Amino acid sequence: MAKKLIIPIYADEVAPRFDLAAEVYVLIKVGHDEIEEEKIVVLPQASAEKLCHLILTENIQTVICGAIEDEYYQFLIWKKVTVIDSVSGPWLEALKLYNAGRLNPGEILCQRSVEGKRVNV
Amino acid sequence: MLKNFAEPVIEGLLTPPILFSRFLDEIPAGVILLDKHCRVAYLNRAFEALTGFSRKDSLGVLCRNILRGNICINRCPVNEVAKKLQPVSLEGDIINRERRLIPVRMTLAPLMDNKGKLSGYIETIEDFRIIKELDVRKSQAYSFMNIIGKSPQMEKVFQILPVLAQSDTSILITGETGTGKDLVAEAVHRISQRSKGAFIKINCGALPESLLESELFGHKKGAFTGAYEDKPGRFRLAHNGTLFLTEIGDLPLSLQVKLLTFLDDKVIYPLGSTKGFQVNVRMVAATHRKLEQMVEKGRFRKDLLYRLNVARVHLPPLREREADIRLLLDYFLNLFKNQLNKSIYRFSKDALAILLNYNYSGNVRELRNIVEYAVNITQNPQIETESLPAYLHEQGSVLKRDPCENILQYEVNDIPETYKKQPSKTWADAEREMILEALVKTKGKKTRAAKLLGWGRSTLWRKIKLYELKV
Repeated sequence: MAKKLIIPIYADEVAPRFDLAAEVYVLIKVGHDEIEEEKIVVLPQASAEKLCHLILTENIQTVICGAIEDEYYQFLIWKKVTVIDSVSGPWLEALKLYNAGRLNPGEILCQRSVEGKRVNV
Repeated sequence: MLKNFAEPVIEGLLTPPILFSRFLDEIPAGVILLDKHCRVAYLNRAFEALTGFSRKDSLGVLCRNILRGNICINRCPVNEVAKKLQPVSLEGDIINRERRLIPVRMTLAPLMDNKGKLSGYIETIEDFRIIKELDVRKSQAYSFMNIIGKSPQMEKVFQILPVLAQSDTSILITGETGTGKDLVAEAVHRISQRSKGAFIKINCGALPESLLESELFGHKKGAFTGAYEDKPGRFRLAHNGTLFLTEIGDLPLSLQVKLLTFLDDKVIYPLGSTKGFQVNVRMVAATHRKLEQMVEKGRFRKDLLYRLNVARVHLPPLREREADIRLLLDYFLNLFKNQLNKSIYRFSKDALAILLNYNYSGNVRELRNIVEYAVNITQNPQIETESLPAYLHEQGSVLKRDPCENILQYEVNDIPETYKKQPSKTWADAEREMILEALVKTKGKKTRAAKLLGWGRSTLWRKIKLYELKV
């Protein structure tokens, strides 16, 4: 069975807000690791309701996103969608970690710096 | 002063050095310090509590990934602040780590070094949840079943309505067009003991006499040509409920007698029937006309006026309720922005000045229409003067005078039908009123009226034709 994943994006990053995302990255995988299709879809309007509708109609199983309101989070969980939320940073990095089975909710993946100097925490 | 990221210290302010964290943590609003590239350098405890992100979590991260505000995505104010070097304050919302949407006010200000060069930003985040809740409560406090007002006149109305609703007497509601007579009638029904019964409304001015009689009292099959079956009539439909007769001043004299019979006996006789029906109906009537004047002219029955006038509620025109204009503007702005899903937060100062000084001859209905128009038109977070209907600011000075003030003193039937039917909503209406006022002032002398209006005689003649004024 195909595995479908969606990431609401904002340029190169995971969109900071699920409800304000204007684009989504969609990945469809078959078998273990074979990518059947990947695409970036531009949404006609940023809206949490419409995004939830898209997720359900496209039978998406996993959502990687930034901030999401509890109402929509609980709705998606209820609909058996896995939601990895509060992820920030480059979406490609998030996808890499997800594929490696190491992406957790609340992951901050961006490079940290203050006044141009890298910061380690 | 800022020595390092881990434990910055303030020196030179007081004799001993003060830990920067302790200083910042005492501030009750969320405070976040950003470098020039909008990366988090420091934040206080209130910010941690509000967003759920700790100092350690946030250090060096782009502020939009920590704050997660709608403003950060839709119109980040950083560029504006960097350009103008002035603080910017905006209302919006954030989603915190607990996935809660929190309304906030964000104020972003530039941080300058000793040479006046931009070195970063300071942003304060105020939690607006309580204020928003208070706003809701406040708007509820100044309302009664969707009727909004806080002026002393409306407070009197709000006090008397529940008392009247609990009784079963007839009520007469008076007031100019657009003051909310229908709303009051419905409110009385809803809070009365008849609320489980029907609320039937009929406009006495909307139907010709023959139809109105059949509508009100019903008819028997064969009572007149086209009466193919029995019709119960509104009175019987309103049994155990409330019958609202709006524009009662337009009720023909013959029907006034029939209505009077009902008010005395509580029995109705359908057209073509000799058998009467007992109905238990509460009557609420409304009119914008001056019934006492109509009684003097013989156009309204004195005895019916006395029967209806058991309890009278007068709704003051909006120009006498100045305290309510701002309240209503905010109420309708909120209503329409939610309906149209727009992010409009306020009126600009200039727009507000025009709206507060305008004479609303169409009363609340006109105000509501103006706000609905403005909310539809505007694309900005605030309503500017350009978004208001053109007639408001183009001819504002003319309209500040009350165009109906003098006209309304005259007998309503002397005013042409075209004027009576339409409440002032557009510039055409206002112009029509101006012409009427000028003609009344000059006792019908067109040359003098044209001079008063600053027009040529032919222009006045053309406009009189245009508006179908019978002068």
